[in-house]
This record gives sequence, structure tokens and C-alpha cells, in this order.
Amino acid sequence: MDIERPTGESGGERPREGHLNTPDAITPPPGDDARLRNQPALLDLYERMLTIREAERNCGALFAEGAIPGFIHLSDGQEATCVGMIAALRPDDTISSTHRGHGHALAKGLSLDSFFKELMGKEDGACKGRGGSMHVADLSVGMLGANGIVGGGIAIAVGSGLAHRLQGKDAVAVSFFGDGAMAEGVLHEAMNIAALKAIPVIFVCENNGWSEFSPTATQVSFTLEKLAAAYGIAYHRIDGHDVARVAELGAAIVADVRRTGRPAVAECLTTRIRGHYEGDSQHYRDHGEPLVDPIAIARDALIGMGVEAPALDALAGQVRDRVATAIEGARSSAEPSFESVLAGVYAVEAGR
Amino acid sequence: MSASRFAHAINQALDDMMARDPAVVLLGEDIGKAGGTFAVTRGLQDKFGPDRVIDMPIAENAIAGMAVGLAMSGMKPVAEIMFMDFVTLAMDAIVNQAAKLHFMFGGQGSVPMVIRMQHGGGLNAGPQHSQCLEGWFAHIPGLKVVCPATFDDAYALLQAAIEDPNPVLFIENKALYPMKGALSDPPPRVRLGEARIARSGEDVTIVTYGAMLHTVLAAAGTLAADGIDAEVIDLRTLQPWDEAAVLASLRHTHRLVVAHEAVESFGPGAEIAARMAQVGFDELDGPIVRVGGAFVPVPFSRKLEADYMPNEQQVIAAVRATHG
Repeated sequence: MDIERPTGESGGERPREGHLNTPDAITPPPGDDARLRNQPALLDLYERMLTIREAERNCGALFAEGAIPGFIHLSDGQEATCVGMIAALRPDDTISSTHRGHGHALAKGLSLDSFFKELMGKEDGACKGRGGSMHVADLSVGMLGANGIVGGGIAIAVGSGLAHRLQGKDAVAVSFFGDGAMAEGVLHEAMNIAALKAIPVIFVCENNGWSEFSPTATQVSFTLEKLAAAYGIAYHRIDGHDVARVAELGAAIVADVRRTGRPAVAECLTTRIRGHYEGDSQHYRDHGEPLVDPIAIARDALIGMGVEAPALDALAGQVRDRVATAIEGARSSAEPSFESVLAGVYAVEAGR
Repeated sequence: MSASRFAHAINQALDDMMARDPAVVLLGEDIGKAGGTFAVTRGLQDKFGPDRVIDMPIAENAIAGMAVGLAMSGMKPVAEIMFMDFVTLAMDAIVNQAAKLHFMFGGQGSVPMVIRMQHGGGLNAGPQHSQCLEGWFAHIPGLKVVCPATFDDAYALLQAAIEDPNPVLFIENKALYPMKGALSDPPPRVRLGEARIARSGEDVTIVTYGAMLHTVLAAAGTLAADGIDAEVIDLRTLQPWDEAAVLASLRHTHRLVVAHEAVESFGPGAEIAARMAQVGFDELDGPIVRVGGAFVPVPFSRKLEADYMPNEQQVIAAVRATHG
């Protein structure tokens, strides 16, 4: 029996043995929005990425000292995908996220204060210390939650997108998921239904090449591009290291989904700089592999536009101060009480 | 208001709730054009259109997961899982997502969704179409579990389930669908978690729910002829269950039987018996006795399934066993 071998960057075969995507392997999509190539717009995206990186650098340190318990999964290297895609969204657009969801939450509007308090398990945290890193959520900004289950947020986003349509809104829903979730059955169920029922949802795959500890090339036999084609869904491959590119393509995709009400797939090729979780020794990984850093790329681009390096350093200083202030507040914030936990299992009244 | 069959009472509740609240939408396999495997949703798509009675592909995980997303975004979805056995394919959405989101997000939002399913044997549907799995869900903090046995309760409990801000598993028994009867006009409202004394009695309390109620009432009739006056409590809601009502009845009769169609081992009856042994120990004049399905998959053959199903004789034997 002849079996067609998958090709392309997303699935069974990657451009290079292993994992990392290189920008030159990415298909350049049509169109170029010059507005996002301008300096203030890129500077804004850069600052958002820097905030996530700085917050997560501190998460690592707080985890190491024991101030953050549990498991945390950092998104260093993936900041451009969440910042770029979410820059294209409105507050009434909804997103569902993954176990690596800090960036999505912060980019969608979760405050640093609520974020650090939650990760430290404090009563005033975003989720009152009930959820932690893997469940950060802020429904007031349309962030329907990080998720401890690989693929767990996908159908939620499709349902949310359907709700937008049924309510006559032109809001869209975005499901962020990793390439590891490509092997989960729910993705296939959800893509089929989104196409079948014309649901305004964007499936954003943050493809970092790794399914936890295994190269995704060893986990899936197909490419997302071919999968999207099979379901009749528009597919876009994006260099997920270039925040301006993600933002401009993201804006085009979101506008299209908003206008047509039909789903889309956006595969952002990105890099997981750190391990699957904090403390992961990554013994399975080739430590010689080049790690592409979207923040360094954006910084170089800004300097190329004429922004002075000291100005960028000053911006980094401001971000550091904001994060430090949030952490200081979180450290002194109150611990939750178990009595209040028991009262919170069931909702007393509907609301969001 | 009328409904000549049990399935019609459920249909009427869905119809009335959809007419009253535009946020209520139905989704499930074959529920629209086909009207549902047991015709429970018949006619509703014609009345409310395909955007409110949504025919879904055979994809239980996505159906339940989408219901979560709909519920978090302002809708009140009522999803149907065609047979309770198929809910195994939707467990992540129900157990890890729906049940936990309100809590896990620190009280932000709620997940006002209902999952309708039917359980139970009696139709020779075999091991994968007959199970009573409600105990699984009663074990999960954040879920509510409802099992109606009568026309009025089917209507009122479904209404209460749809109005509830939490995920509710609404479990029908397929053997009840053809049961004849009528709805009260209007059916009295019922709060979730409120049991009902289906038969008052002096000598023994029999706690049950769902289709088993009818077996228990038949047993109570036979026992009455033998001079044993049984009180029958229909729990109606398993999570939260009406502990106070059961304890009050136990204080009156001092003997307790718990009967359900679900497998006896680790079944809902175990929780009820354990709680009553703890909080009602001083009231007991005999052992608490359980009646439930044997610890085997529900067998197919007409004879084997009939032998499997907990019956009137077992309930009577259990009542006698409470007398020591």
C-alpha cells in the first residue's frame, strides 16, 4: 500500500531534524501592512512582549524560591504569537488558552497584580488562588482560561464563537493550542464542527516543535495545513518569531473571520526556549540547537528603525519596575481561607 | 398543559423554556430533523429553527466542550448525549472543564449548562447502551445530578436545571419514555436538591430515584398487604441529595433501604447508607440494606437482562432484611 508521506513545516516532517523553526522556512503570506511596520506600533508590541518575558523570568525565580508552588510552564520564545494575535482582537473577542498560558492572559488584559497574586495562590489573585498558573483566567477581558488539559480549551472556544454568532455579535473566538494538541481528537471534532456550522473561531496553533518531551515530528502524521484543507478551513502559516508579522497577518485573519463568520487556522511557527515545565532538565533536547528569540528580533527591528538603544533599555527598566511592584504586592497579599473555598464550588447566580 | 407520555413532559419543558428564554439552545446528535432517538425533541427544530435546535455530528467531546463555551459566553445550552454510555467520550469537558471553571476561576462567571442523557436497562440494548453511571458525576464537586421519575418532576426539574447557574446532568430513564400519564397544570415548581415523599409509611424508609421509584412503589404495595407500611422517598436530585429528608424519615421509621438500578457496589446508595450510618446511627433498629444492579455489565439476552434488573422481590427481601 502506498502511503503519502506528509511534507511541510508543521507536521510529520519539519524543515530540520528536531524542532526549531527558522524564519526562512516560512511561506511569506501576501500583503504587507505598513502601519505595523512603523515605530510606535512595533514599540507597543515590543513592550507587551517584554512585559510577558519579564513577568515569566520572575515566575521562574519565584518558583525556584518556592513562592510559586505547583507546576509552571513558561512561554519564553512564544511571546510574539500571543502578543501579535491578541493585538488584533477586541475586548469582546474571546480566547481559550493552554497550560502555557501566561502570555495569553497578560496580552488579553489580565493585570500583573492579579497574575502574580494568582500564581502565588493568594486570595486576591485573578482566581482567588483556586486555579494557579494552569488556570489563569479573566472573563472580564474575554480570557476564558488557561487549561491544564492539552486540547481542553479548543471546544470551549468553538462554543464561545457560536455564542457570539447566536447573539448576533461580530465578535470572534480564538483557540490557542500547541502542536502537541494536534494529536488530540477534540481538535479534529472541533475543526469539523467549526467548518460545518460556520463558526467564527480562529484555531491558532503555536507550533514550537515539541509535544511536551517529544518532537512533534514523532507524534503526528499530518500537517496542519493539510488538515485545514481537509476540513475546508482557510490556513495561514506565520513566522511566529516576528511580532509585527503576526500582528499584521493576525489582523487580516481576524478581520476576515469577523466579516465572513467562517473559521480559520493560523499556524505560528515558534520556539520554546525553556523546558516543558520549570525544572525540566531537557535531557531529551539537543542543547546546541539555535533558539530564535522574538524579543531580540523586535529589538533589532526597532534599532533598525532608528530607535536608540538607551531608550529601549529605559523601557525595559520601566517594565522591570512594574513587574517588581506587582510581585511586592503579591508577596504581602493575604492567603485564602478554606472556609471560603467550600462556599465557592457552586455558583449561586448566573453571571460572567 | 398536557403530555400523554413521559417523553412529552420533557419535550414540553424544553419547548416552554426555549419560548421563555432566547439564551436556551439545544445541541446534540439527531435532535433536530430526526427529533431525537427517543423522539424527546421532536418538533422543536421546526418551531425554533436550526440555530436553536442544533444538529451536531457524532462528536460527544466537542458537543460537551462547546456547551461549556456557550455557557461561558452568555447562552444556556442544553446538550443531549444520546445514551449515557456515550458520555465516556465527553468526560474531559464535563469533569475537568464544566465542573471546575466557576471554582477554578475564583467565582468568575458560571457554567449554566444542562446535559441530558438517558440511562437504564429494560430494552435489551446491551452492555454499552444500558448503564446507570450517575454515581460518577455525583462524585464530582461542581456538578449537579438530577433523575426524575414522574411527569411533573421531569418537567419541573428540567426547568430548574436550565435555570440553575451550574452544570447539571439531567438523567432520564429510557424505560420511562413510553410511560403514560399527564402533567399537572401547571406542574409545581421543584428546587434541585429537594426530595419528595412518594408514599408515607411507618415501618421502613425506602430511598430511591428515577425509574426504580415505580418498582419500589409496587414493592411497597405488596408489603402493605403483608402488614409492612413502607415510606418511599424519591430523591429526584442526587447531587445535592436531600440528606435532611432522608434523616427525618429514618427518625420516623428507624429502618432504611436504598434502592437504585445502578450497580450496587460503589453506587449512590453507598453514600446515602454511609451518611445515615453516621448521622442517623442512633435511629437505626436494623442494618441499612442496599438494592442495586449486580456487579456485571448489563447483559443483552432478554432473560439475562430481566434477571439483572433490580426487581420488586429484591426490594421486598431488602425490607425484610432490615428487620435483622
